[in-house]
Amino acid sequence: MKRHLLEAADLDRGDATLVLDTAAQIDTALAGREVKKLPTLRGRTVVNLFYEDSTRTRISFELAAKRLSADVINFSAKGSSVSKGESLKDTALTLEAMGSDAIVVRHSASGAPHRLARWVRGSVVNAGDGTHEHPTQALLDAYTIRRRLGRLEGVRVAIVGDVLHSRVARSNVGLLHTLGAEVTLVAPPTLLPVGVGSWPVSVSYDLDAVLPKSDVVMMLRVQAERMNASFFPSAREYSRRYGLDAPRMAVLADDAIVMHPGPMNRGMEIAAEVADSVRSTIVEQVGNGVSVRMAVLYLLLGGNPTA
Amino acid sequence: MTTYLITGARPYGEAAVDLLLADGRIAEVGAGLSSAAAEVVDAGGLVALPGLVDLHTHLREPGREDAETVETGSRAAALGGFTAVHAMANTDPVADTAGVVEQVWRLGTQAGLVDVVPVGAVTVGLRGERLAELGAMADSAARVRVFSDDGSCVSDPALMRRALEYVKAFDGVVAQHAEEPRLTAGAQMHEGDRSARLGLTGWPAAAEEAIIARDVLLAGHVGGRLHVCHVSTAGSVELLRWAKGRGVQVTAEVTPHHLLLTDECAETYDPVFKVNPPLRTTADVHALREGLADGTIDAVATDHAPHAVEDKESEWAQARPGMLGLQQALSVVVQTMLEPGLLDWRGVADRMSARPAAIGRLAGLGARSQGRPLAAGQPANLVLVDPAHRSVVDPAALASRSRNSPYAGRELPGRVVATFLRGEATVLDGKAVK
Ligand SMILES: [Zn+2]
Repeated sequence: MKRHLLEAADLDRGDATLVLDTAAQIDTALAGREVKKLPTLRGRTVVNLFYEDSTRTRISFELAAKRLSADVINFSAKGSSVSKGESLKDTALTLEAMGSDAIVVRHSASGAPHRLARWVRGSVVNAGDGTHEHPTQALLDAYTIRRRLGRLEGVRVAIVGDVLHSRVARSNVGLLHTLGAEVTLVAPPTLLPVGVGSWPVSVSYDLDAVLPKSDVVMMLRVQAERMNASFFPSAREYSRRYGLDAPRMAVLADDAIVMHPGPMNRGMEIAAEVADSVRSTIVEQVGNGVSVRMAVLYLLLGGNPTA
Repeated sequence: MTTYLITGARPYGEAAVDLLLADGRIAEVGAGLSSAAAEVVDAGGLVALPGLVDLHTHLREPGREDAETVETGSRAAALGGFTAVHAMANTDPVADTAGVVEQVWRLGTQAGLVDVVPVGAVTVGLRGERLAELGAMADSAARVRVFSDDGSCVSDPALMRRALEYVKAFDGVVAQHAEEPRLTAGAQMHEGDRSARLGLTGWPAAAEEAIIARDVLLAGHVGGRLHVCHVSTAGSVELLRWAKGRGVQVTAEVTPHHLLLTDECAETYDPVFKVNPPLRTTADVHALREGLADGTIDAVATDHAPHAVEDKESEWAQARPGMLGLQQALSVVVQTMLEPGLLDWRGVADRMSARPAAIGRLAGLGARSQGRPLAAGQPANLVLVDPAHRSVVDPAALASRSRNSPYAGRELPGRVVATFLRGEATVLDGKAVK
């Protein structure tokens, strides 16, 4: 493993598989235990540095670090020196001076974790940067797929929605490719980046054509406000062409699953009956997120056999 | 006034001669010159070029003296071999009145290292709403001939048309920062494969090309003079070639960084590589070099853009666009144009001195002319270059107040050994004289 986890490309196939296997071991170790805690990172300090509100991701990382017995500091940019204009670099050096071993960073600017990684000695974990990447989300998605379908190699994954603005999509494209899955992006052309042709994926504008050939359908959150910048004419038209509703779900293969990174816009990209169906892994993804993040922190901070 | 006898220099890289500089002019050019009163400068092995002329710098004064002043920018310019630089209007206050352009011009005169030629804003406050008093700036002591809202595009086509028409009265030129703002909202880097992967909002080539296409049509229609700042795409070169073929009065510049660097630099998210227009692809770089070689692009202009540390040591999206250029411009041109054989030294002199001076209407000012050839009787503006010297760029060693050099750590050829402005040395032994 590299020292930082900034993007999916930081993980080769061996590293990625190690993270998933470690998450599985952790799940097994904690299963049925009353105190869900391992002593692995006792005495180590993990800082959650969140420049964007994301309670769910922060709680997931916090729980992961605490279950490994690490000390956790939550450093929210809101109401701190950061909102008074302190630079990312100054904040980084401050946290460094406080002895942080890992910084988990969420930031609205693409590349902010990469900058951070140049200024600190500890590990940096990207918890979502702008429209760039969200690698632990991709890891938990891969973990969820593997648990449900038993494999990743050759699995056909449709990623549907606002790929252009999605860090989840970018990380999943990279990681799923690394792990041997076949990815098809489905979106209106306006929500695919210029340059998507260089990605290791197929691209389709037609959800109905892709669904019967998919083992996994990963729905991305789509903000209705995008219609104000003419990415699509209306929420209703988007939903009609690219939303996953019950009739569309009916054409899926028997064991196909439906995923969503959350938070969902029910009625926009996903219908309530789909989100709440047995195919849906949405709640499972949340639980798996904690295990995968434990694995990442453990491997970066404690259990790196090559360190 | 010092008299200088420069011995053994090779004008335009050609046969070695001596040059005698006296009373602000090149008094004599020939073999075996002597002058008892003269200070001798041994220029054996050095190439002599006319003093370089830059159509595009940001000297930041007034307003951001923490990033650069007219004096520090002038020193960087002299060290880069320049004897004249145009100073863009996006200062604070904006150079949109005779008063501000005269202030900048006076600061340049006081620094006395290069001729600082103020550029006047096209529109009041660079807001793109109504014309600034272009005539007053033209008639001022600063004698403005180049007008630009650089940093912003004059995107309103009717306003651009009027500007192109109006400046004809005093032989002015409108220098356009070609960027259709509706196509570049939030843009961070060249739109293509890399922006897609890096998750940075793309700045499409079409946003530059659409404005150039529109403006050459307008310039052709009203018979006005258009100059295109910092051309960055292969498509722009094609459009310029087409327009010139139709007889449109259009000229264009390319920056050293667009001749050398590509969008690959954004991979590190280090904002020292953030610039507007953005670094483009390798194919664009090659088209720009070819365009400069065949004269479709008239000039190299630095777009020297100093920024304080806090404006660059940040997240990519928060950082200001722009990079230093004055001290490395000639080196980059040597590496990208001269060494591959795309231009010879006469070509370098043409693109970095004669043509930019002509565009800025600086060539016909008598003793104060810039961009004149190296010949007896001409103003003694010249630079001596050691083409064999190679060195690694150290931002801390630059004369600029800022450190945002995209060439940090890069080895580049060529070294400016001496610069003379109207017969007075501004740089000797590679060091500024003041
Ligand atoms: Zn500009």
